[in-house]
Amino acid sequence: MREVLLSAKKLTKRFGGLAAVNEVSVDLWRDRIHAVIGPNGAGKSTLTNLLSGDLPPTSGQITLGGHDVTGGSPEAISRQGLGRSYQKTNIFPPFTVWENVRLAAQSRDAQQPWNPLRWLGRATNSATANARAERAIELAGLQARRNTVSGAASHGEQRQLEIAMTLATEPQVLLLDEPLAGMGVAEAERMVELLLQLKKDHAMLLVEHDIDAIFTLADHLTVMVNGTVIASGLPADIRADRGVQAAYLGEDH
Amino acid sequence: MIKANLETLPRSIQFVLALGAVALAAFPFVGTDFYTQMVTRMMILGIFAMSLDLLQGVTGLVSLGHAAYFGLAGYALAFLTPAGEAVSLWWTLPLAVLASGLAALIIGFFVVRTHGIYFIMVTMAFAQMVFFLFFDNKALGGSDGIYINFKPEATLFDLENKRVFYYFTLACLLGVYAFLRHLLWSPFGRALSGIRVNEHRMRAMGFGTFGYKLTAFTLAGALAGLAGYLWGAQTGYVNPELMGFHMSAHAIMMVILGGMGNFAGAIVGAFAFEYVLHAFKDLPAIGAFNTGKHWQLWMGLFIVAVVILAPRGLLGLTGRFLNRKEAGDA
Repeated sequence: MREVLLSAKKLTKRFGGLAAVNEVSVDLWRDRIHAVIGPNGAGKSTLTNLLSGDLPPTSGQITLGGHDVTGGSPEAISRQGLGRSYQKTNIFPPFTVWENVRLAAQSRDAQQPWNPLRWLGRATNSATANARAERAIELAGLQARRNTVSGAASHGEQRQLEIAMTLATEPQVLLLDEPLAGMGVAEAERMVELLLQLKKDHAMLLVEHDIDAIFTLADHLTVMVNGTVIASGLPADIRADRGVQAAYLGEDH
Repeated sequence: MIKANLETLPRSIQFVLALGAVALAAFPFVGTDFYTQMVTRMMILGIFAMSLDLLQGVTGLVSLGHAAYFGLAGYALAFLTPAGEAVSLWWTLPLAVLASGLAALIIGFFVVRTHGIYFIMVTMAFAQMVFFLFFDNKALGGSDGIYINFKPEATLFDLENKRVFYYFTLACLLGVYAFLRHLLWSPFGRALSGIRVNEHRMRAMGFGTFGYKLTAFTLAGALAGLAGYLWGAQTGYVNPELMGFHMSAHAIMMVILGGMGNFAGAIVGAFAFEYVLHAFKDLPAIGAFNTGKHWQLWMGLFIVAVVILAPRGLLGLTGRFLNRKEAGDA
């Protein structure tokens, strides 16, 4: 059954006089991938940052799993079931791959930093966190790299780690900011497979430049230019749209 | 180049530390009263440096006002001790530690919201406020400070005995070390480590980092209070200098000197700092030039040399030296 997990209404973000995101509305459904494309500076990353709570919107409303989370902190929105990955790899370089993912998984155990019981006992003994981390590592295909210091892992592996850390928090909604960026052909193919597999239980927003991947993956496509949505609909319809061709697709093809 | 903390102590370093603990346990039987008291002071500073390391080395919060919590507990003991008799250790110690922890909780509520250079400035500003509150207030002892005429009464043992006081301090040092080493690998400690490396990602993964940082700040303040209480009890005297800028800066230097993020380094740093400071002050005069008087200059050069030659502090240097020897033996 399909349900709306995240709904953003007329989101606007102004930086001084510039509207980086201008009255953008997005609905994310379980079992659907909603792709956002647009040239550099179109406001795709700003939109992602608004949805994840990294930036507060100037106006508009965000509902996540039935709760109004407008203006909420990133940690509150994360705990409400949203997971995001970053365009620029955003990991814990001195930690091993496993520790990166385990730490992400730990966030779903009771946190309570003030509770002295959480100051004793080894973190690595939490069966629940270990199980979540193990599942995420397997999904991302990083089993062989778990003891590698993450800062020394290859670029492709770090991109996989981004996804693994996001999945370890067991989110309902995934915001993926250019997960394929800088990946080799084989790695990108594997990632597309993974995203198709994840689609079943997640609502997904995908910001991506790889047009082939987008037309393979997307169920719904939104095109942004200068902070504004210029087209939104089924991928086939968008591909035929002359306005979009002129603004964006034409330049790339 | 990935700059990781030396969190896991190699066996070679653990061995050296164990030797050090044995040496500390045996010291009062070998050393004179003067040196027993000096080592007691080093151990107290070791506790103080470890408490700062929880913030500086583990969480990545450089506090330039940590002495405030050290001094407050010393003053708490001074206020709780009547002029004519001793007071019980068993309730004054927890109360003094609690007072420092409470002050850290209140000040931390404001300062842990800030980052980087602002955190350094704001912690210093609050500590200066505490310093001048005592310095300018005759009722609080003013610039002269307050004498503590009697050491706390412990019933089971006699803290007036220098050797007993030494062992009590050693027990506190080892207890705090064991506690913090456990804490380092706990869920709380792993989260603090994550905050040091990448707080942004920690929040994106759902960690309410404010609560973690505030708890760490409070805990560090309380442990600094334990050290300050012992200091007051040992010296029998507290004055505003205990909470002053120099005390805070010395603590930072101790942690850097020994090696951050593993608590053992903080102890090594405190011992080395005190010892070297002592040695520099005792330097002989060369002609008309009194070298000992300029100890701060030599101390500065010494710290610069250690930072350049041993980026992971004296403990890291020891580890490197031992590992090279092991590799050579194999």
